Amino acid sequence: MSLRKSHELHQRRFSRNLGVGLTLAAFIVIIFGLTIVKVSGTDFTVPTSEVQN
Amino acid sequence: MSDASINASTVNAQTRADEASFGDYFALLKPRVMSLVVFTALVGLLAAPVPVHPFVGFCAILFIAIGGGASGALNMWWDADIDKVMKRTKGRPIPSGKVEEGEALALGLALSGMSVMMLALATNIFAGAFLAFTIFFYVVIYTMWLKRSTPQNIVIGGAAGAFPPVIGWVAATGSMSIEPWLMFALTFMWTPPHFWALALFMRSDYDDAGVPMLTVTHGRKATRTHILVYTVLLALLAIGTAFSGIGGPVYLVVAVVLNALFLRGAWKISRRTEEDAEADNFKVERSFFKLSLLYLFLHFGAILVEALLKNYGLGGW
Repeated sequence: MSLRKSHELHQRRFSRNLGVGLTLAAFIVIIFGLTIVKVSGTDFTVPTSEVQN
Repeated sequence: MSDASINASTVNAQTRADEASFGDYFALLKPRVMSLVVFTALVGLLAAPVPVHPFVGFCAILFIAIGGGASGALNMWWDADIDKVMKRTKGRPIPSGKVEEGEALALGLALSGMSVMMLALATNIFAGAFLAFTIFFYVVIYTMWLKRSTPQNIVIGGAAGAFPPVIGWVAATGSMSIEPWLMFALTFMWTPPHFWALALFMRSDYDDAGVPMLTVTHGRKATRTHILVYTVLLALLAIGTAFSGIGGPVYLVVAVVLNALFLRGAWKISRRTEEDAEADNFKVERSFFKLSLLYLFLHFGAILVEALLKNYGLGGW
């Protein structure tokens, strides 16, 4: 049996899927935020090999 | 309608009613325990003498909390058999049939790996390693080994719950000193009287599950004495901490008042007979347990206040 877009499974699991989606979105925001904080910190140095390239 | 179709629709309806929601998976992380982990780790992080970028600090606390939650999920996976028996735990996602054991194991392992890796990346390797050790200690040493084999389970297992402020401190400083270990000792010494008071009034639970709590192996009178002894030692430690680098006048006042109340409660518990306790439905034991929750929260709250006051040239001695 194929799952059509309107299958009741989608409605039944909507809250679970929404929760997972929001969690993953939050994780992306955290990774992005951490990256910004780390590269704009004073103790961040670009490796010499990267600079030469 | 045939019998088969009736059965199929009944099973289908049953599956829908029992299907796990996002909240059931979240419940595997033991949110109430996680709130204690968040608070004590936050105090450890803020009491450290090194400023941390607010976003890094937020991430550190989040990953420590997720690591704590992951160990909770692994604990529920391993203890599913005894959780079914105990009144207090039979509503948990696995015994209630909403989440399968394998799902809890997978979630616990995935979140453990992710939280350790992310904490190490966000702060330092030392903090990540410490979180990994804490998860290992709680799941393997406490849950798999000690909990079902010795009445000292609560005493040694309490160490797992006591690590978060140390991890918070290490996340901020990347090094170790005496102060985070004082916070560790505070939670470590607080855990036995807290749980033994619970075991006194939730007695049939641990008996039914065959968990060797002190009340079962050494009797209830011995448990009452143990509560008093641990409370005396805890009071000495808690008041002594006032004169360390994380203490100060605010902490001292809080510690003196709370430890006086806690000692009074422990003394009353030690003097009571089972008949007294049965007569008032364990009123003293229940109020001691409630006070123990406030006790830990206010001690760490006072350490936090001292740390915040230091920013304004106040706090400490």
